[in-house]
Amino acid sequence: MSSRATAPQGSPLRQLADREGFLAWAMLLPAVVYIVLVVAVPFGLAVAFAFSDVTAGDPSYDWVGLRNFARIFEDPVFWKALGNTFVFTAVSMALIIVLGKVLANILVADFHGKWVVRFLVLLPWTTPVALSTVAWLWLYDSVYSPIDWVLRNLGLIENHLYFLGRPELATASVIAVHVWRLVPLAAVIMMVGLLGIPTDVQDAAKVDGVGFWRRMFEVTIPLTMPLIAVAALFGAIFTFTDMAVVYILTRGGPTNSTQVLSSWAFIVGIEGGDIGQGAAIALFLFPLLLAAAVLILRAVRKIEVF
Amino acid sequence: MSTAVVDPAQATRLRRHYRRRHLLSRTALYTAAVLAALVCAGPFGYGAITALKLNADLYDASNNPFVFNEPATLDHVVFLFTDTAFATFVWNTMWVGLLVVAITLALAVPAAYALTRLDRPWAGPMGIAIFFVYLVPPTLLFLSLSRLVVATGLQDSTWSLVLIYPTITIPVSTWLLIGFLKALPRDIEEQAMVDGYSRLGAFTRTVVPLLFPGVVAIVVFAFTLVASEFIYALAFVSPSSEKVVSTGVPTELIRGDVFFWQSLQAAGVLIAVPIALLFNLLLARFISGFTQGAVKG
Amino acid sequence: MTVAVEVRDLHKSFDRGRVHAINGVDLATGEGEYLVLLGPSGCGKTTLLRIIAGLEQPSAGEVLIGGSVVNGLPPRVRKIAMVFQSYALYPHKTVLGNIVFPLKAQRLDNGQRPDKAQRRSKAEWSAELLGISHLLDRKPRQLSGGERQRVALARALVRDPQVFLLDEPLSNLDAKLRATARDELRRFQQRVGTTTVYVTHDQAEAMGLGDRIAVMDAGTVRQLGPPAEVYDDPADTFVATFIGSPPMNLVPRDGVFVGFRPEHLLPPEYVSGARITVPFEVERIEYLSGDRHAYGSVSRLGEQTRVVARLPATVTTPLAGGQTHEFAVATRRLCFFDASSGLRTDPVAVGA
Ligand SMILES: Nc1ncnc2c1ncn2[C@@H]1O[C@H](COP(=O)(O)OP(=O)(O)OP(=O)(O)O)[C@@H](O)[C@H]1O
Ligand SMILES: [Mg+2]
Repeated sequence: MSSRATAPQGSPLRQLADREGFLAWAMLLPAVVYIVLVVAVPFGLAVAFAFSDVTAGDPSYDWVGLRNFARIFEDPVFWKALGNTFVFTAVSMALIIVLGKVLANILVADFHGKWVVRFLVLLPWTTPVALSTVAWLWLYDSVYSPIDWVLRNLGLIENHLYFLGRPELATASVIAVHVWRLVPLAAVIMMVGLLGIPTDVQDAAKVDGVGFWRRMFEVTIPLTMPLIAVAALFGAIFTFTDMAVVYILTRGGPTNSTQVLSSWAFIVGIEGGDIGQGAAIALFLFPLLLAAAVLILRAVRKIEVF
Repeated sequence: MSTAVVDPAQATRLRRHYRRRHLLSRTALYTAAVLAALVCAGPFGYGAITALKLNADLYDASNNPFVFNEPATLDHVVFLFTDTAFATFVWNTMWVGLLVVAITLALAVPAAYALTRLDRPWAGPMGIAIFFVYLVPPTLLFLSLSRLVVATGLQDSTWSLVLIYPTITIPVSTWLLIGFLKALPRDIEEQAMVDGYSRLGAFTRTVVPLLFPGVVAIVVFAFTLVASEFIYALAFVSPSSEKVVSTGVPTELIRGDVFFWQSLQAAGVLIAVPIALLFNLLLARFISGFTQGAVKG
Repeated sequence: MTVAVEVRDLHKSFDRGRVHAINGVDLATGEGEYLVLLGPSGCGKTTLLRIIAGLEQPSAGEVLIGGSVVNGLPPRVRKIAMVFQSYALYPHKTVLGNIVFPLKAQRLDNGQRPDKAQRRSKAEWSAELLGISHLLDRKPRQLSGGERQRVALARALVRDPQVFLLDEPLSNLDAKLRATARDELRRFQQRVGTTTVYVTHDQAEAMGLGDRIAVMDAGTVRQLGPPAEVYDDPADTFVATFIGSPPMNLVPRDGVFVGFRPEHLLPPEYVSGARITVPFEVERIEYLSGDRHAYGSVSRLGEQTRVVARLPATVTTPLAGGQTHEFAVATRRLCFFDASSGLRTDPVAVGA
């Protein structure tokens, strides 16, 4: 210990190991370089593609100005996809927050068999989304859907529902899968918030004679607001940017009625090979995400300063 | 003479009232818990039944779909392993996941440390910038990344995913690690520096071990993200020997209009259960890590 | 209006019976009494308080408030107020919001809820009483520890509770503030006259505040009595050694312990009446704010045992370490405890 403590100036290497300015850059640089190379550059490239005629067959870059945008604006499918993206996100987010809150309250309660319930409840979120969507595809099957079967046997419907065959039902089906998949995540995040409230504060409210609902709205919800916002943020982002659910369940159908920006960009850009147009479509996700994120970050900040 | 809070008759009535309410709320809790479990796990439970059914049983719309109308069979599960590349998909997912998690930790832990502890004026904006990187969705990048993948010669190789996936995991992990680090008392590493270690030594000897619970949470979280990813895997890799679970199963077990329903469901259940079990085991730790990070912020 | 609190044969276990926090406690306060629960950490004080509040249900036994059994009733109908060790203020509400909050849930005698103006004037009354009227717009994090404690008290007071339950409300304050807060708390309680159960592990607090003290250990009440009685007449060796600083000296002798307080071991000329003299071999002397604490060992009373003598400033006998002096204890000051059970027993003949 003495040699280490007394050496006034160690080797040059040791000096470096103590220079905060150098260390800060050295530790941050790998991550920054990687992100610049694999996110920032491709992002710039994606913007550039949106103004070009690059296709899968002809990768040479020619500037075409706003032509891609003019084309996609003419296409009603784009507007449908844009609208759907918002509708899906807004409706799922509302449901995710409410149901996530309910589920979080269940998960923090004490009851027998809690472990099993936790395990089962986590399944939708921990399972790769493509696989769980396939499970739903089977539940929505046009002929063998068990949901159909139950409804038919209860005498509620006569014929098959064709969940994914009719625009409104297909929309509802896609939203249902999003909600099902993301509620557990939201619940776990909100549960973290609930567990973070000091028990004394909860108990104080009980002793003060405050009932369940008032306690929830005036104590627990305000105190867990930051985490509710985080849960909402995750839920919104995952729905907003997801394409696996739509792609596997409906491929955007029937007749593009469940198309969202992600799936439409994929279909145009990769499957149709028109990289320029695909990039232009995808670009619409970004400003919207940015706006949502800024709003929610600001909300979190405001609340955290009690 | 003392005035009773509640007179005995009233107390009895109130007690009965609250006992009934308690009973009611317990019943409601159990009902809700069972319902939640059913809704969440239902598709997999139904998948498990489906996976073991004979074709004759499955494809008869008049049959009760929730029970075995014919004897159960393991044929379709066996088919999954003998006649499809399912085992390869699983193997690919595993090693891609582990490599990506390793890369993520190697880059994110030092970055998070630099952003929280080495007081640089740009740390705050940089933290927010990293958070925003997380918001850049795969849908936006996959078109240009597919060029990058071609340029590096990794097209149609699982290695392309190892190259790209850290873009998803590094920003979240850094963000979460910043939270964990803020919750660690500074005294401990300052003590180590007083004891004669360099700033770097204090980091590797005190911070890294103390960060372990948070790191475990991040390992699991990052692995789930990787296993779930769909777009990049679909866009960059098409040979079936190179595919991962999330694309391999839906593309190889749905051939044109032919759905191998039983095998599809078997694959889903076989993948879902182990991951959820792992997650459940670590949930307590994940929560404690997340609490420190997020609540004390 | 004030009522008495009583618990009868109370038991509480946690973790499916693995941890016994309360093991058969019988305790009754008088009306308007200030009862202090005193005991070492982990002895079950908080648990007992939480059971009285209705935050925990007892495993067995009854809780009575104002003469009627309140088992199974939630906290809100028990008309109690509790101040938590951490104060448990709502961090997102202002001081006024904190104080008003209990009133929002309250029903008046006529069955209606108090309106906004009523709530506000009630809250201002209680803030006035505790001298925090100027803080009403602040958030809890902008308050000092002492101010927070007063806000917690104001919040407890505002509902006109019939019983106050206080769980170590002073333990977060520094020593100086604690002394003044203790004094204020006592005067405040005398003014409102509400029955109070006060939990502490600080014996000075207990001695200074309580009408009576219940000394607890390992989930049981070892002794219940006024401060002087608990001090002078401890029921067992636990109470004898837990209370007093330095604690009571215990000298083993033929299956009993002979106990006496350090301040009662004095040079013979300062002891009047029937007394017993003992040789005191002084090892070391400490000066503590005017008193002298002499450490050494005594024989003749029983086995040779290390003891402490506390000599007030009025005792001027010169003492030095390494010498043996003749000391004495008044016979009426001796307490006898059974060596195996630790309980008080009849006096046995000691001395020469
Ligand atoms: N919810 C619980 N689950 C399990 N054990 C508990 C629980 N609450 C209290 N205990 C145990 O019961 C015993 C009494 O705890 P209690 O909090 O009443 O002690 P206390 O006298 O208030 O101590 P302190 O002075 O440290 O506050 C302790 O051993 C504690 O570990
Ligand atoms: Mg306590």
